[in-house]
Amino acid sequence: MVKINGKLLEAEGKTLTEYLEGAGYQIPRVAVEKNGEIVPKAEYSHTVLKNGDSVEVVSFVGGG
Amino acid sequence: MNDKLIIGGHEFNSRFILGSGKYSLKLIQAAVKDAGAEIITLAVRRANTKDQENILDFIPEGVTLLPNTSGARNAEEAVRIACLARELGCGNFVKIEIMRDSKYLLPDNQETVKATEILADKGFVVMPYMYPDLNTARDLANAGAAAVMPLASPIGSNKGLATKDFIQILIDEIDLPIIVDAGIGKPSQACEAMEMGAAAIMANTALATAGNLPLMAAAFKQAIEAGRKAYLAGIGRVLTRGAAASDPLTGFLRD
Repeated sequence: MVKINGKLLEAEGKTLTEYLEGAGYQIPRVAVEKNGEIVPKAEYSHTVLKNGDSVEVVSFVGGG
Repeated sequence: MNDKLIIGGHEFNSRFILGSGKYSLKLIQAAVKDAGAEIITLAVRRANTKDQENILDFIPEGVTLLPNTSGARNAEEAVRIACLARELGCGNFVKIEIMRDSKYLLPDNQETVKATEILADKGFVVMPYMYPDLNTARDLANAGAAAVMPLASPIGSNKGLATKDFIQILIDEIDLPIIVDAGIGKPSQACEAMEMGAAAIMANTALATAGNLPLMAAAFKQAIEAGRKAYLAGIGRVLTRGAAASDPLTGFLRD
């Protein structure tokens, strides 16, 4: 299982690109952190999610 | 008149920094236009797959994005959020916001100094939100801040310049733009802060809770410009007692 934005999901084996597209994220509008390290966009397509990984997918929202 | 606001080497004509929280994305374009704003703040949150609309699609071109680190409880979390914001690919400005207390939302000055030092070293244009304290402001300047953003009153309160005297001390003593952030509730308060010599005003809730947001944005724009002009003109003196006639003291129609 992979923890993504706090939820345990069956995403191991997928690349970040595969997961993000499949889940409906707008890739140009998100940033991703895996196990506490930022993953540059150029690495999404060859970053494979593993069992036990912890991933954060963030984007901008309104704020002060 | 050449009167630019300069933050970290970047020049701005507008002295009104607009927040984008707590109102419809559809109002952002009108708010930016009517405020004349060139800088808009944003927050970073976990992305929602169901959101087909992204705030970036609503912000006019050429507006500088100022992501905040809201949600951070210490320097480490603020640095993490700032780095994620930069990864979102919209420049290197960051407004540091670190809070330990969820009731009053007061900034943690000590952690803010730590985060400022780390982020300035990483090449960010660092704009720390802080409680107006002269010692902290000096530490922030030494840590590499590009501006200092003291609060006028608690975030979202619309209470105005509760910390007025302490903001004045920062304006007088700190050689960086002092941008009054948080608590400014109406244009007259923004104007007053600008008359004092504040470099700019940041407002969000005052607009988000107004009856007509774009109209209030326009009102703030005028108030901020008026206050700036008054500051540059030099405010007239105040008599401690007595009066001073405005009219000639000769040629009266008597005798």
